[in-house]
Amino acid sequence: MNTAQSMEWMRLFNDKIQASKEYLSELDTPIGDGDHGTNMARGMAAVMETLDGKDFANPAEVFKAVSMQLISKVGGASGPLYGSAFMGMMKALAAGQNLDDVLQAGLDMIQKRGKAVPNEKTMVDVWSEAIAANRQEKLSTALIQQFVDQTKDMKATKGRASYVGERSIGHIDPGAASSGLLFEAMLEAGIKNEG
Amino acid sequence: MKKIINNPADVVDEMLEGIAFMNGDLVKRLDGFNVVVRKAPKSGKVGLISGGGSGHEPSHAGFVGEGMLSAAVAGAVFTSPTPDQILEAIKAADEGQGVFMVIKNYSGDIMNFEMAQELAEMEDIPIQSVVVDDDIAVEDSLYTQGRRGVAGTILVHKILGDAARQGKSLAEIKELADKLVLNIKTIGVALSGATVPEVGKPGFVLDEDEMEYGVGIHGEPGYRREKMQPSKELAKELTDKLLTDFEAKPGEQYALLINGLGATPLMEQYIFASDVHKILQDQGLDIVFKKIGNYMTSIDMAGLSLTLLRLEDPAWLDALKAPVFTPAW
Repeated sequence: MNTAQSMEWMRLFNDKIQASKEYLSELDTPIGDGDHGTNMARGMAAVMETLDGKDFANPAEVFKAVSMQLISKVGGASGPLYGSAFMGMMKALAAGQNLDDVLQAGLDMIQKRGKAVPNEKTMVDVWSEAIAANRQEKLSTALIQQFVDQTKDMKATKGRASYVGERSIGHIDPGAASSGLLFEAMLEAGIKNEG
Repeated sequence: MKKIINNPADVVDEMLEGIAFMNGDLVKRLDGFNVVVRKAPKSGKVGLISGGGSGHEPSHAGFVGEGMLSAAVAGAVFTSPTPDQILEAIKAADEGQGVFMVIKNYSGDIMNFEMAQELAEMEDIPIQSVVVDDDIAVEDSLYTQGRRGVAGTILVHKILGDAARQGKSLAEIKELADKLVLNIKTIGVALSGATVPEVGKPGFVLDEDEMEYGVGIHGEPGYRREKMQPSKELAKELTDKLLTDFEAKPGEQYALLINGLGATPLMEQYIFASDVHKILQDQGLDIVFKKIGNYMTSIDMAGLSLTLLRLEDPAWLDALKAPVFTPAW
């Protein structure tokens, strides 16, 4: 991943978040508090304000700026979770790791902060499946959608959706949906494992 | 949506300006931050802070002042404040003896306050905290993250605020807080949903003749939806639930808080109070402290919550009764 690609990834992610703002909040309404779309839109708008028109030396510098903006502008649970993810990815990039390990470092930070494991109907489900598929060079938009949809039949035991327990079954997890957009944007930016 | 606002994106900022203006003798807003701090002079004691999403006014800024909170942080509506904002509140509250944080039990609040704690400790400010989880509505095996933190939180502010004022250490306040939260229980009923300004429509809709028991202060689903009942039936349902959870025994001393959720008039709250009184009297409980009004609201939700605090330690009653100088206690 080069600097231009990392900027393009963030630009595409922002476009998708802004376009899906209402949809993400609607997903959050029956099982959360209806603000996931607004919070992510506010955070990504702040990210783009910081990135636009600036020069960054490398992708790690880009992700450092992204992380700080998400931590300080999003709030809720999404701010610390996405902010920590980009902080983990920033460190792995700075250490010269390849894409799979960079993404894994992001997931590790999400799990450390949110104390969630797979199958708990959270963003962790999309991240872990997407990373596994990417390792096999099979990740596609259709697969990402499938990973997001799979959270529909899970019962929430972590995150705000867990407060409604079994009533969460039948709804897509909003954090899983926004994570799906992140991986779609990554594919569209042409970012993949090198060599 | 019909609200007295300007731009929905500006509600928190403009509300804080109003709070600072109207209570300028007691509190001020930190320049450039969504943090309200007390004006009382620092006296080398433990600082006490709280905070959370906006939309629960007067919580938490209304409880900033001498004898209660040193500072309060306001997040976006129904959204936890961010770590950088919490860190500013910690720094403003620090008087050299460390800072204690009162957190309501929501995953977002816990993560953001934890990150703020990590940042504060890097600046050598010792931090301790307690997570308030008084809402008994939704606990069972499904809800592995436990109970939500609601109106009982203001009783924690009051009792810990008094302990801090008396010069108790950070460790002593932590010990007190851990005991206290085990003795506070709350349960509520909603008659209508709350409308977040940036969303523009209610988080949930109840029919004209419906109500829902156990709804959370962000409109999270409760435990049962049924036809609207007279006040005495609501009082019986909610009081019974609390007393069962407490395994309350005649002669025990309790503090009582009846809290309006935003759109329920005091007239109705007092009618409900009269019904609760009869039940508590029949049970032989000794209600030695009472408070009624809007303290932990959910924007324009109609409904109320009932909180009982078992006064395991008689000193807690003194702490509840001690005079304070805040905008809203």
